[in-house]
Amino acid sequence: MEPSTSRFSEPAHDTVETDVLIVGGGMTGAGIMRDLALRGIHSTLIDRRDLCAGASGGNHGLLHSGARYVSNDRESAVQCRRENVLLRRLARRCIEPTGGLFVAIDGDDPDFAAAFPQWCSVAGIACELVTPDEARRLEPHLSERIIAAYRVDDATVDPFRLALQHVAHAGSLTGSSYRPHSDLIAFDHDNDQLTSAICRDSRTGALLRIRARQFVNAGGAWAGRIAQLAGCPDVHLRYSKGTLLISHDRLTNHVVNRLRPPADGDILVPGGTVSVLGTTSLRIDDPDLAVPTVAEVDRNIAEGAMMLPVLATTRYLRAFSRVRPLLPAGDDGDDRHAVRGFALYDHQGDGLTNFCTITGGKLTTFRLMAQQAADLVAARLGNTTSGRTDTTPLPEDDSCRWTEPGAAPRYWHLAGNRDDMVLCECEMVPQSAIDEIVRCAPGAEEEMTLEAIALRSRAGKGPCQGSFCGIRIASYLYDRGHYRDRTGLQHMRDFFNERFKGMRTVIRGPQAAQMELAEALHCGVLGLDALDDEDDRDPLTQRLETGATDD
Amino acid sequence: MTKERRHVSCQLAVVGTGLAGFAAAVFAGNRALDTALTGNTGALAYTTGYLDLLGAMDGGGPPLDDPWQALQTLQATQPEHPLCRLSPASIHAAFTEFTSFLGSAGLNYSPPGRRNETVLTPVGTLKKTLCVPSTMAPGTTALTDKKPCLVVDFHGLKGFSARQVVANLGGSWPVLSAARLVFPGMEHGEIYPEVMARSLETAATRAHLAELLREVAGDVTTVGLPAILGIHRPDRVRAELEKLSGLRIFEIPTMPPAVPGIRLRELLEQVLPQRGTTLIPQQKIKTLSFEKDAVRLDLADNYGPIVIEAQAVILATGRFLSGGLAADPNGIREPLLDLPVSQPGSRADWFREGYTDRRGHPINRAGLSVDDSCRPLTAEGRPFDRRLFCAGIILANQDWIRSRCGAGVAIASAYRSVEQVRQLLGD
Repeated sequence: MEPSTSRFSEPAHDTVETDVLIVGGGMTGAGIMRDLALRGIHSTLIDRRDLCAGASGGNHGLLHSGARYVSNDRESAVQCRRENVLLRRLARRCIEPTGGLFVAIDGDDPDFAAAFPQWCSVAGIACELVTPDEARRLEPHLSERIIAAYRVDDATVDPFRLALQHVAHAGSLTGSSYRPHSDLIAFDHDNDQLTSAICRDSRTGALLRIRARQFVNAGGAWAGRIAQLAGCPDVHLRYSKGTLLISHDRLTNHVVNRLRPPADGDILVPGGTVSVLGTTSLRIDDPDLAVPTVAEVDRNIAEGAMMLPVLATTRYLRAFSRVRPLLPAGDDGDDRHAVRGFALYDHQGDGLTNFCTITGGKLTTFRLMAQQAADLVAARLGNTTSGRTDTTPLPEDDSCRWTEPGAAPRYWHLAGNRDDMVLCECEMVPQSAIDEIVRCAPGAEEEMTLEAIALRSRAGKGPCQGSFCGIRIASYLYDRGHYRDRTGLQHMRDFFNERFKGMRTVIRGPQAAQMELAEALHCGVLGLDALDDEDDRDPLTQRLETGATDD
Repeated sequence: MTKERRHVSCQLAVVGTGLAGFAAAVFAGNRALDTALTGNTGALAYTTGYLDLLGAMDGGGPPLDDPWQALQTLQATQPEHPLCRLSPASIHAAFTEFTSFLGSAGLNYSPPGRRNETVLTPVGTLKKTLCVPSTMAPGTTALTDKKPCLVVDFHGLKGFSARQVVANLGGSWPVLSAARLVFPGMEHGEIYPEVMARSLETAATRAHLAELLREVAGDVTTVGLPAILGIHRPDRVRAELEKLSGLRIFEIPTMPPAVPGIRLRELLEQVLPQRGTTLIPQQKIKTLSFEKDAVRLDLADNYGPIVIEAQAVILATGRFLSGGLAADPNGIREPLLDLPVSQPGSRADWFREGYTDRRGHPINRAGLSVDDSCRPLTAEGRPFDRRLFCAGIILANQDWIRSRCGAGVAIASAYRSVEQVRQLLGD
């Protein structure tokens, strides 16, 4: 391993120091940050975008009972069962104990349905037989064609709130810090040690050096690339793109799973005031290129409607795609058959003693993944405190409360301040929520993008998908002096572009009307499609220069 | 109780109460055509009040200073564009006739000039338009002359920030400043432009606001306000406020739905019946059938069913927002007559990947194909019925959003359609 400090040795950038640098602000990275803090270790967490920008923020929000995996991956099933029980107890505010149903439809393999309770039993997973009529009583939208149903302990989780609270807790324990939009571009080496990481601020382009004693790669689907930057070529992942849809209404109170081998469109998960339908599975080559297609959307709807006919006609707010990082075991070409386990690489074989990679896995097992990575890091630092995330409740932090559906209107109503105006009218997010987020939410900074605010609140999550509140919140940020020039307009444009990515494949019926109005407003009136023109060329100046006059 | 069916017999029925429908009724009235106008709410309240002809070339490109020259280019490159169905001279005549009508009814506009005006938007960007309400025109002058100017916003008025306007315009207009006032009588909570506008129609509010403006203006003599200067006779409200304050005052549009659009709607709804149009507002047509002797429109209001029998019909029902087009999962439909809709091959092609892509989205170009007389065509390319004409943004082969030509398409195609109706009915 050759020292490689030459490229970034010039003193043109700032340097910060930490015990442990964690790369990747998904649930695993946030989990490691908190786990280390509970052992008294200071860390810095970086993400090239923001918290839960990858698979952690792009899934069903399903806290598995484990039953999903009993047929083909018992180890994952057992892990899920244990983590499900732990997290329900320790992270109450982030979890809704909805319960789950597994239902088989006329035409599904009856042998699979018959074997299911036995598989659950072997994995120690509670599973109760219910009659099709009882199932329909529990969930009136279920199809008449159900032939078998079981009840399990599935639950739902808000990954954004979970990540925010982990980061906030770590900050309060050891002053550990989180830096969004920090793109890792290189490591510096000294023999068998990494000494620092160089990050580029993806908004300003500024470089930052982060010195650390230990380095953790929690890059999810991007873990292979990060490992390569450290000179470790052996982290190989497969990228499985999953596309999901969010419905306008909450259609069920239970998680509803199709009782068959995992396939497209076979899980519907309630999440606050909406439901999430998914997912498809498609192997792709580049985790940065995961966008939903109309074909995937239609496929999910057609399959989902077999379980719940209402899914064929309900209104969808958006679709999204993320990449599952899969470990390369038993490749038979179908990524659904891949095990959903995780792996911890210590990279000793690559000649490094202070770098590790944790990847694979799934949202439900993030805590276990984080604990195993933190065990290794703590041991390497000579810290003998044992992990405490399996016993320590996750404290609540006011600045993290705004992601919860219904929290903003409740708070606003209780406070009763008429001058605290509601900026996002779909989700009732008031000015004071924006103030609190900008002041002290994890990752808060002086000039936050609208996307960063939306990630930390419900703003833009309702039927209008931010078309109106994006304008109001931006105006408010100008008022408060957070936005001072035309970059605020770019933040508006970027926010609308980002929201559109999710709406693009589900625009039909009433959404077409809404999109027409939004585009007329954003482009026709405000000219956000032509910001670059206006920036390049002041039309008035040019008009005066050319001597044109009206007459 | 059985409600009695009411009959309306007329020469021309206009379906749609957006800008195109109202413009058609104005042009028809001016030509002494006996006209009935009907439609549901219409999208007029969503307009800024600016009447754009053509602000950018279709498919992207810089803002246009000379829309008339651009029309020539359009004629050569996109002859199917609705603005190419009539000559630039006719379009000029249409804008002149429409703005004169508004002026005569008490809402003054700048007449169509040889070049586009540069006007302000609610967030402090600039926009090209052809005709400007006279309440807003001094803003354009102040901007051109870079006069010292104060932009005022109000406590409780969401979505309009004077600081934002100043921050975004400050680069090209350095002597701009911002101030916030409490609107007289509206000290707490959220306040709405329409309510402020109605309040400013009273002398007491005007006097109070004039005093506040004088205090906050200091040495500055030109003040920009959000568009709140009255719903009716805004020019008079502005003149009196100027007299009382000694300041030059202009309006900046606010986020729609907003006062300038409400003004247009209320004015037209009030004036057209006075000038002989039969107006049946807030109603959606149930059926439209072409019978041998007349075109029959069926609808109903709170008093029961209504039948309109007309010799010709102009369809100005707008796009998705107004219900003129419907975006079904399997394709775009025209719901009233099931007219063929020119559209992209499949739903996957409706939108580009990037929302603000300068080339615009293919779905925006979907709509009704018409002949040179603005008559919708069947799949075989023949007029659907010689008595059916079509106006406004329901027309295919244009992207009114990206080329800033919504009012242009509405006014021009309404003008063309009415001319053709007049020919059909033999003057």
